[in-house]
Amino acid sequence: MKPARIAAILLRQFYLYRGSVARFVPLFAWVTIDMVLWGFMTRFLGAVTQSHYRFVPTLLGAVLFWDFMTRVMQGVTTSFFEDVWTRNFLNVFASPITVPEYVTGLLLSSISTSIIGLFVMVLIATLAFGLSFVVFGAMLVPFILVLFLFGMALGIAAVALVLRLGPAAEWFVWPIPALLSPFAAVYYPVATLPVWMRWISHLLPPSYVFEGMRAVVAGQGFDTGMLGVSVAMAIAYVLLAYWLFARVFHHAVQTGLLARYSAESVS
Amino acid sequence: MTNESIQEPVLRVTGLRKHYGAVQAVKGIDFEVYPNEIVGLLGLNGAGKTTTISMILGVLEPTAGSIRIGGIDLAQNRTRALTCTNFAAVYAPLPGNLTVYENLRVFALLYGARIFHERVETLLAEFDIARFRDVKCGVLSSGEQTRVGLAKAMLNEPRVLLLDEPTASIDPASAKDIRRSICRFVRQSQVGVLWTSHNMYEVEEVCDRVLLLSKGEIVLQGDPRSLPAEYGKRTLEELFISVAREPLDLGAMGGELNA
Repeated sequence: MKPARIAAILLRQFYLYRGSVARFVPLFAWVTIDMVLWGFMTRFLGAVTQSHYRFVPTLLGAVLFWDFMTRVMQGVTTSFFEDVWTRNFLNVFASPITVPEYVTGLLLSSISTSIIGLFVMVLIATLAFGLSFVVFGAMLVPFILVLFLFGMALGIAAVALVLRLGPAAEWFVWPIPALLSPFAAVYYPVATLPVWMRWISHLLPPSYVFEGMRAVVAGQGFDTGMLGVSVAMAIAYVLLAYWLFARVFHHAVQTGLLARYSAESVS
Repeated sequence: MTNESIQEPVLRVTGLRKHYGAVQAVKGIDFEVYPNEIVGLLGLNGAGKTTTISMILGVLEPTAGSIRIGGIDLAQNRTRALTCTNFAAVYAPLPGNLTVYENLRVFALLYGARIFHERVETLLAEFDIARFRDVKCGVLSSGEQTRVGLAKAMLNEPRVLLLDEPTASIDPASAKDIRRSICRFVRQSQVGVLWTSHNMYEVEEVCDRVLLLSKGEIVLQGDPRSLPAEYGKRTLEELFISVAREPLDLGAMGGELNA
């Protein structure tokens, strides 16, 4: 892998964000709205229930973590969409760049943009609503790691889908986090779900994070081994998503789809 | 060509085929391009020109055959082969939301262009686009965008340059300037150029050799200035039209001429 070619993908994103308010503002606008909305919601729930249940770390913390994962995924897809929107595939893929270099460039772009969103969310959640990350302790690291890896896997799989089905498939990508959230048990325990949904939940690494997060906040023990399993699952999903992208890319080169991408299909 | 006896080709295409199911877009073509040589790839729309160029660019996998760029097999070592290639095509403009400089910077990194700043200044001056350095490519005229595309195509000082209708939709005066710039670049370097065009006057002016492609096959090749007379035609355009209409009668045409 040649760092210069990975840097080219990153630099392109930097130029785009630097020169465009429409690209820069969404990096923190939606997460700010989410933090404010859910921050007040947790305050209200705390007031009306008069219970000792810790709504701020469980609900607001969950929203923050889920938004972070969504940002990671969208960081990958948006970077890819820039090539779709400008019909730039031919220019990029006729260059010496390799698939691993291109995907690494997308991932690094995603890291840089999602960190901005995370920083803003942490700032609002801690300063305005008193969310303390101390409550999560050392578990914070694997929690963030799992969500980060799974966000990357979703992003890579989503771009593979768009590469295979054409630019119009962008529509499928945006709702993916919303589609997964009921199964990932972001706001409620997995036990709340019917049995068939629990099976899907067990296949999603974030569900272990949110289960663990609730247990830590409640001061209950939880099986850290399962968190290890979720890390391994998230890594496996990243590899699987990369394999999928590489396969789809090869198919696009074989069939001519890459050279005639705007046609959406070559048949 | 004298080139052939003294130099290795920068591009060697052997038995190249591309099938889309039952459709044979390219039917086993062979050709070479030598350093300092401009080869015209001519043919009707759908003859297989862009398919051939896409395969040489590595964005389309051949069904059979091999492509060697600077002696490197494209299928075996795609990255190394593409490092010494570049292209400009009217259907592949650079992203319109980046400035001329930003685009050149990004593609210089992608192609591993050395001494970028010096190189980019030379190309901005060469293609008369220095005044557009900080202008977004999307607001440039098609002629100006073509110049930027050509500057990008020469960033890495390629050994093989693929130009797919580089002067299409450009006014005659700008087209002449562009042709002059490309020819100067070819003379100054060891690049071999594969140039597609529907403008036969342009082809006669710039190409050392032409390949006439019809229905995925090379049916004629030779010097564009002497080829028409060899087949009893006055101009290259007349010959092109004959080939396009009746490619199978070429033998007869040659026979008549010889008799």
